[in-house]
Amino acid sequence: MREKVILMEKTVYLDNAATTRVDERVLEVMRPFFTQRYGNASSLHSLGLEAKQALEESRETIAKTLKAQPEEIVFTAGGSEADNLAVIGGALASRAPKKNRIIVSSIEHPAVYNAAEFLKRSGFDVIFLPVDSKAFVKMDELEKALTSETILVSVMHANNEVGTIEPISEIAALCKERGVLFHTDAVQSFTKAPLDLTKLPADLISFSAHKIHGPKGVGALFVRSSMRVQPLIYGGPHEHRLRAGTENVAGIVGFAEAARLAVGEAPNSTTKMRELRDALIKHVLEIDGAHLNGAAPESGARLCNNAHFRFDKIEGEALILRLDALGVCGSTGSACSSASLKPSRVLLSMGLSHVQAHGSLRLTLSRFNTREEIDFAGNCVEKVVKELREFSAIR
Amino acid sequence: MAASFYSKKVMDLFLHPHNAGEIEKPDGVGEVGNPICGDLMRIFIKVKDDKIAEIKFQTFGCASAIATSSMITDLAKGKTLEEALRITRGDVADELGGLPPIKMHCSNLAADGLHEAIYDYYKRAGKPISEKIESEHQRIQKTASHEREENAEQ
Repeated sequence: MREKVILMEKTVYLDNAATTRVDERVLEVMRPFFTQRYGNASSLHSLGLEAKQALEESRETIAKTLKAQPEEIVFTAGGSEADNLAVIGGALASRAPKKNRIIVSSIEHPAVYNAAEFLKRSGFDVIFLPVDSKAFVKMDELEKALTSETILVSVMHANNEVGTIEPISEIAALCKERGVLFHTDAVQSFTKAPLDLTKLPADLISFSAHKIHGPKGVGALFVRSSMRVQPLIYGGPHEHRLRAGTENVAGIVGFAEAARLAVGEAPNSTTKMRELRDALIKHVLEIDGAHLNGAAPESGARLCNNAHFRFDKIEGEALILRLDALGVCGSTGSACSSASLKPSRVLLSMGLSHVQAHGSLRLTLSRFNTREEIDFAGNCVEKVVKELREFSAIR
Repeated sequence: MAASFYSKKVMDLFLHPHNAGEIEKPDGVGEVGNPICGDLMRIFIKVKDDKIAEIKFQTFGCASAIATSSMITDLAKGKTLEEALRITRGDVADELGGLPPIKMHCSNLAADGLHEAIYDYYKRAGKPISEKIESEHQRIQKTASHEREENAEQ
């Protein structure tokens, strides 16, 4: 065992659900917009027009990847802002007497979950939908919750922790049938799982650049042309009057390039990630007392880059810090690694106990990972789990 | 080691803990923490001539829980029981070059674990237990049951 873990020269980065490395090609297209083409897209001079042109071309690129219209894309300062604009902006625009209910899943990203909590404090009737042990939203519960007073339903495309892909086509169709707005957070799934707006009747969809090898601080919200959203940031008439503020042109150009590259490299890149993920899962599940959380890989309802485990008798923060010392970056849902000292809400919603949630490990891949890295990471997990169990107080 | 949430000393002991494991036939065992909170610690001692002759730990928990366990074994080894009982949570944190504030409460249980092991030794050996040691034992037990209740509510 020990000889299998020879330190790698480079860090093996397996926390791509947190953020990704910016692709060099993305950085290259962004670079001129800092020092040469730095105009404000609202200015009438040539530098301004150049910026405006780059902005609109980027909007077209993003729209094209979704088979949407360019005017349906609103750029934001990231996925969290897009989620807030969708949930709060969507709810405020549609609120009316006897139209007061918002439904979100209990495993949403905090950007949706806490926005829904805000709406609850503001007097909305908010329902948090339960999920099953694989993190799938319970459809019968959704049907029951969908009253005539419902304005908006928000269920994420793929979960950020365990990678479960929700049945959003089914949910969107149900919402459309009932005349209810449907929002989905596609931050994790964008370019990794199919999303075709000619087929999916969603009204609002959130995206982020830094999960797809683009820069941090840029995102987008798809807003179907037929619907109204109340802006959250007021100022100039930017972004179809839905989001004020001078556009982050360099970031937006980078976002569009990152999306273009990711779409262009799929399905080769997604197939590669899926194969590496499956190899990693197989390797890690050979460890005694190791379990997979979320949907089975063969179900097709698991994000191609997500592997999420829990280990008996050890705690996740210790696990990730020992992995880090060996050069492997991962993350955990253990309370000990969170500022609130509470274990992951997602894992608890799936019915895991506190102790089980403490022993969790998330490893998320990118198209840059190699088989060598995955084998190395698997060996490191095996080594660290064994070492920590040697002196665990849980026998 | 590059950037770290913890001090260098914490990371050193977390990655290379001293006295990890179990003592067979110990003279006293102290168990503190609760796996529901993410930390469970067991301290084993062997006592000779009123001194801690041997000490080991078993810990389920985060890096700071492991580092504090290791530190308490180093601090207590060779000390008289009286001296060992005077080691506080603060001493452990200080020796480690400090702990992140959020970890001071939940993961800094090692001193309690040591005091419980000594209490257990006194009980097993049928030795008189002073009022001070008894009240320390009561305090630790009370904290543990309070934490259990807090978690049951969640």
